[in-house]
Amino acid sequence: MNQAAPADTDADPAASGPILNLNRISLAFGGVTVLDDVSFDIREGEIRAIIGPNGAGKSSMLNVINGFYHPDDGTITYKGETRARMRPDQAARQGIARTFQNIALFRGMSTLDNIMTGRNTMMRRNFLWQALYLGPARREELEHRAHVERVIEFLEIEAIRRVPVGRLPYGLQKRVELGRALAAEPDLLLLDEPMAGMNAEEKEDMCRFVLDVNDEFGTTIALIEHDMGVVMDISDRVVVLDYGRLIADGSPDEVRGNEEVINAYLGVVHD
Amino acid sequence: MTDTGSTLPDLATHDTSPKLLRRNAAIRGDRPCLREKHLGIWQTMSWGEAAARVREIACGLQTLGLERGDRVSIIGDNRPVLYNAILAIQSHGGVPVPIYQDSVADETRYVLNNAEVRFVFAEDQEQVDKVLEVKDDCPTIETVIYDDPRGLRDYDAGGLFSIEFLMREGRAWDAAHPDFYDAEVDRGTADETSIILYTSGTTGNPKGVVLSYRNILVSALNSVRLEGLRETDEVLAYLPMAWVGDHMFSCGQSLVAGFCVCCPESADTVLNDLWEIGPTYFFAPPRIFENVLTTVMIRIQDSGWLKRRLFFHFLEVAKLYGKKILDGQPVGTAGRFRYALGSTLIYRPLLNTLGLTRVRVAYTAGEAIGPDIFDFFRSIGLNLKQLYGMTEASVFITIQPNGEVRSDTVGRPATEVELRIEDNEVQFRSPGVFVEYFRNPQATAETKTEDGWCRTGDAGFVDDEGHLKIIDRAKDVGRLNNGTMFAPKYIENKLKFFPDIFEAVSFGHERDYVTAFINIDLEAMGDWAERNGISYASYQELAGLPQVYDIVQDRVEQVNRDLAADSTLAGARIRRFLVLHKQLDADDGELTRTRKVRRRHVADKYASLVEALYSDRDRCAIETEVTFEDGRKGTISADILVRDIASTDAARSAA
Repeated sequence: MNQAAPADTDADPAASGPILNLNRISLAFGGVTVLDDVSFDIREGEIRAIIGPNGAGKSSMLNVINGFYHPDDGTITYKGETRARMRPDQAARQGIARTFQNIALFRGMSTLDNIMTGRNTMMRRNFLWQALYLGPARREELEHRAHVERVIEFLEIEAIRRVPVGRLPYGLQKRVELGRALAAEPDLLLLDEPMAGMNAEEKEDMCRFVLDVNDEFGTTIALIEHDMGVVMDISDRVVVLDYGRLIADGSPDEVRGNEEVINAYLGVVHD
Repeated sequence: MTDTGSTLPDLATHDTSPKLLRRNAAIRGDRPCLREKHLGIWQTMSWGEAAARVREIACGLQTLGLERGDRVSIIGDNRPVLYNAILAIQSHGGVPVPIYQDSVADETRYVLNNAEVRFVFAEDQEQVDKVLEVKDDCPTIETVIYDDPRGLRDYDAGGLFSIEFLMREGRAWDAAHPDFYDAEVDRGTADETSIILYTSGTTGNPKGVVLSYRNILVSALNSVRLEGLRETDEVLAYLPMAWVGDHMFSCGQSLVAGFCVCCPESADTVLNDLWEIGPTYFFAPPRIFENVLTTVMIRIQDSGWLKRRLFFHFLEVAKLYGKKILDGQPVGTAGRFRYALGSTLIYRPLLNTLGLTRVRVAYTAGEAIGPDIFDFFRSIGLNLKQLYGMTEASVFITIQPNGEVRSDTVGRPATEVELRIEDNEVQFRSPGVFVEYFRNPQATAETKTEDGWCRTGDAGFVDDEGHLKIIDRAKDVGRLNNGTMFAPKYIENKLKFFPDIFEAVSFGHERDYVTAFINIDLEAMGDWAERNGISYASYQELAGLPQVYDIVQDRVEQVNRDLAADSTLAGARIRRFLVLHKQLDADDGELTRTRKVRRRHVADKYASLVEALYSDRDRCAIETEVTFEDGRKGTISADILVRDIASTDAARSAA
């Protein structure tokens, strides 16, 4: 990890423009304000961390980005196209993939099949063709399978290819979920606490995969993470949320020294 | 296939490995040479393709300035391209020095410096990192060549490039100098160094064993003849490339017989790959057979009653007739019929699920194998044989011939091997006896006698039928204070033959009585705990449970009864034991990389526990440093119980 980190800063994502721009996003559920006038951008090719205490609105932010929640106010500009609301399936088709805080895999299905579902939006043949498994559908499936096999190789999970996901340890399930997101060949990958509940060794593996994804495929990554060591090590820029408000945005070093961030984490009483 | 394709080579003309490769490319160019699973599909490389690739790499090494006699390291898992690299280095007159892929930085540094390596072939980022980490201490290293580029794009270390690049350069050189490669191959001679293999060494620094082409190829040819290996055979190469066995099976014998070597997809998929490949010739250390049997037994315990009944019924049948049938001894019609039925219902399907159906010859070596395990596999029809060998012998010293296979001996001397016992120690002389230890004349003189005999360091004797029996390491055989002979390995092996004991270390030399450390097997003991509804949170907690101590005590008492049956060892029964709180591990220096216990190191590290065993205390607190996989260190502390079985044992022997 310590070798890969400096290499990553060399890539200089700051030089490229934003792939995603969030402009004055607000979201409320009933009377509870979840996001309050939040603006930041994600540049192409960078690793962008979103941090904040529990209930700060981090997961809601991801849900807004991939169209699961529709903001009450504000606009989202993705790949140069501005819109107020986007459906999750549109987001998926346009190259946004994500993983979840609580693993959301098909537990009875094998690793291979789970990752195959990540290719679903790209399958051109309809259900009937696929069921009959005739010429074109068969060719198509083989192409998708080849891609999935590359993901399996990339994540080093050959040994669990045929194992039902429900039987895998937690750390590996997380990796399979990352695999499913990668199978969609995303331009923007949203990771919701990819390292939660992992031991030191699993975390280190996961960091390596996140960096490798960014490095090998040039995928832009937005991740929510609680482990500050991880965040400071691997991300290019960090945005900090607290009670739905953006309180800091900048490089890991800038954020680390920010007074308000320290207060948020140490639990200063809010008015 | 022409007739020449199935005959064995004449080593007078084909006296080096690269020459044999050229021969194979000519007479069986389309036959498979290497296989590897890529993106879930097995990809085959023919002898012709392998020869072409070796040529490219060899010419690429020329562009780097490799000189004849230069040492080149290979470090990584078993990959076809690394096997190609070995032959490419040899083609150019270089000397391959494979390094264990799981060795830590210190071990890597030692080997790279000792062999004064100029170039390194590293499989992937992990291995490249390891080499770069020690590169500053190894001034002779010029270039690191990697196979898998993943994660290495942003490395800007000088002298680091991909094997693809090397092959491109090689092709260009080859096009401009078309006669170069063949001329280099022709320059090789039988007495040149073919490889330097570092022995993991139970004590001190590893030693580089220099083996000539004659050593490797004559031994390979003799063993291929003995077992009738042929080009249609297939092996699975899953043991470290730096180990002499893999070099013999995957390079020496494969080149001589022309058979195909298959590389597993990853270290975790070996059992599945085994099943997919279905090798015809198989080698595994005893530990693998133990694991397989343990897994089978666990799964049978968990299966339905009908399957379980059938399994155990036919296991009894197999015990009665299986070994006799395999050894070609007379068995009555009824027995043959029952065995055939068992074969159809149980044995063949079982071997099939293990991927062992097609195996004609299976070897096990490295350590003694438990008689129960050995007999189990033989009785269900697997031709499993023991082999006794070492790096210094180019593997083969003794082999069990077909029809004379017994679990307690290691067989008769292999072809062209002479054997003698001097002062309890086994010594041998053969065409495979190594040239020297690299730059270590002192160690060479200690191991090789002037008239060409090689000391094994093992204590043993030849029994009435001419079979060799190994007792222990010669230097480990000690005596109790009362003069009784104490053979620690012999005792430990007996303990380890129980599936729930992972490892044992016994003490007794210059002591009043024998004691032992026991390491439980997490899988087997954990399964027992699960079936009996006993909960535990960690290895340490499981190891400390009184019920576990009861089981272990039962095992120890059984071993004591066995020992009592042998008059020379009867006095060396185990009086006190304890169950260790952590699994012995190579990363902590407690086992060698080939997973043998480093007894002295363990005794030093756990000196307080040894002391407790020789006191009258019934428990002992200890803090132990452990090394994690990433090299960081931590400590675990435990309070370990000491169990005394002297009283019950003494009472029994008095009765």
